[in-house]
Amino acid sequence: MKIAIAAQGDHLDAEVDSHFGRCAFFIIYDTETKAFKAIKNPNVTAQSGAGINSVTLIEREGVKKILAGNFGPKAERTLSSSDIEIVRDVAGTVKDAIQLVTK
Amino acid sequence: MIVSIASGKGGTGKTMVAVSFALSLIGVVPKEIQLLDCDVEEPNARLFIQSLDAQKKTVTVPVPVIDASLCNLCGRCAEVCVYNAIAVTQKKALVFPELCKSCGACSYLCPQKAITEKEKKVGSVEEAKGSGIALVSGKLEIGEIDAVSVIKAVKKRVDPQKINVIDSPPGTSCPVLETLQESDFCILVTEPTPFGLNDLKLAVETLRKLQIPFGVIINRCDLGSDCVEAYCEQESISVLLKIPFKREIANAYSRGIPFVEVAPEYRKRFQTVFQNIVKELP
Amino acid sequence: MKKIVVISGKGGTGKTMVTGALSDLMGKKVIVDCDVDAANLHLLLKPRLKERYAFVGGKKASIDKSLCTQCGLCHSLCRFDAVKLDGNAFSIDSLNCEGCGLCFHACPLHAITMKDHVDGEWFISETVYGSFVHAKLGIGEGNSGKLVSLIRQKAEEIAVQEKADWLLIDGSPGIGCPVIAATVNTDLAIVVTEPTLSGIHDFQRVFKLLEQLKISVKVIINKYDLNTENAQKIEKFCSSKQLGRVLKLPYAKEVPLAIMHGIPITQYASDSPVVRALHNFVVNEI
Repeated sequence: MKIAIAAQGDHLDAEVDSHFGRCAFFIIYDTETKAFKAIKNPNVTAQSGAGINSVTLIEREGVKKILAGNFGPKAERTLSSSDIEIVRDVAGTVKDAIQLVTK
Repeated sequence: MIVSIASGKGGTGKTMVAVSFALSLIGVVPKEIQLLDCDVEEPNARLFIQSLDAQKKTVTVPVPVIDASLCNLCGRCAEVCVYNAIAVTQKKALVFPELCKSCGACSYLCPQKAITEKEKKVGSVEEAKGSGIALVSGKLEIGEIDAVSVIKAVKKRVDPQKINVIDSPPGTSCPVLETLQESDFCILVTEPTPFGLNDLKLAVETLRKLQIPFGVIINRCDLGSDCVEAYCEQESISVLLKIPFKREIANAYSRGIPFVEVAPEYRKRFQTVFQNIVKELP
Repeated sequence: MKKIVVISGKGGTGKTMVTGALSDLMGKKVIVDCDVDAANLHLLLKPRLKERYAFVGGKKASIDKSLCTQCGLCHSLCRFDAVKLDGNAFSIDSLNCEGCGLCFHACPLHAITMKDHVDGEWFISETVYGSFVHAKLGIGEGNSGKLVSLIRQKAEEIAVQEKADWLLIDGSPGIGCPVIAATVNTDLAIVVTEPTLSGIHDFQRVFKLLEQLKISVKVIINKYDLNTENAQKIEKFCSSKQLGRVLKLPYAKEVPLAIMHGIPITQYASDSPVVRALHNFVVNEI
């Protein structure tokens, strides 16, 4: 299964971002192969609708779960119309976040 | 005739000047006076005008509605929407009306003709009659961003047969431009401080770009330096009036009393300002 | 890192004066002036410019006259009156163009292109109070909300790099898009109001917005002694909303004088009651 983590940096030791829509990077992690890639979030400077576009972006990556500190109301509404599960109140590093899901 | 009252910086006394200027003209010029409050994010002029029967009309803008039975989730609408007001996930197309600027691109370009439009409230326009003056004020709904549509609705009430005094929003961005376009003259209200001067310069640039004639009123002219006057002289901008700080004026303002009522000598001064403006117009 | 925004609803209540003082009183921080329409904070903080960038806020349509057959479709579709007819040639009035791209997509002859539009400039500077990000919106340009989002994002990145404890944001007056962009996703909004009917009215509107955005609020009544009755009304409102202690600042001559000197009030009159009150506010409330 592919999961996405909203992160402040492009590596596994980066901090999880408190805000989903405007996080600096999405770390896409495959729980089977344990491979990951970082996608720079193009929506950080959007005037509006950053969360909305971030959802469709990770959806195209085939993500089934998204982890972040918090989600904006528009991102939440969009996520609830997708098959992606929300995991909120996640803090610490990306590694910690992955453990949370895989343990 | 349209005279708008603007200021680069907020809180310089723009509304106070607009209200007092309009009230001073009642009965003196052979035309009806109308005050239009285009500061729709924070409309305050009506706090100073005792008005009778007010009529309120809703301002709406069209926003898209997607018919799920016709939509095939192709994503074209989300792709063309530069305001990110539509999301198309693998299951559903969603509209976020609060982000929509009503350009109509999505409904026009939808290959399935699945998008229609419905009206959404973004604000209201209130028309009221005071003694000798008509007041039109626009109000933006809280959380909405489309101030320009509300301003347009207020400006529809401009009556060329009347003297229209417009209270503009502060600043120099799009709502201000929308407000000031078509004005015959603009009064810039400023204060003689570094903040006031900095923002006055921006406002002057704006008016020069719009090619609208303008003059300056310096409020609280004794609380600061001569920096604004020196600038006006250097730029050949006429200083129409200087208003010194008076605690009575500040206090009357705080209670919603127009300052020409506590300082009636200013009625004459505003009338002179008006005459000077008329002289400057082609 | 905690993000604090200073806003006011009404203009001229002393918002920038408060931000200037907080710039001096708070710990390790990055400061960002999100009042891009009429920026003033730089007049107090005396920034040393380090980097400057053009701001491309959006795109504007442009018609290639050699391809246009004057069919008029763009003119009839545009809802912003941005397609003008001069004689028999169509052109775009860039002041009115919202960059929505409808004409670009609709033109049957592909005679319309969307071109990047420079809406202003933004800067990264150094001050004695910390790094400072600020901007100047082009005259009469839209997209102020987008410029606010951009410089806030840059300031947040710098704050993360510098391991700052605070991001201090000076907002703009009003309740429109630049205010929303400066305010969303902050930890605390400090609202600076004044005891006038306009001040109260505007404060209530901006407070409603903050409720919608679910942001905690602290209130400062500036020049409260100008009308103590109105100040009480504001306090009553705040206690009914459980906003905690309201900071009341008296009218003080030092405030305009500090602005005249172009320095924060804390530097001009460090032992004045206003500064002491703000100092206690920072220690106890923030």
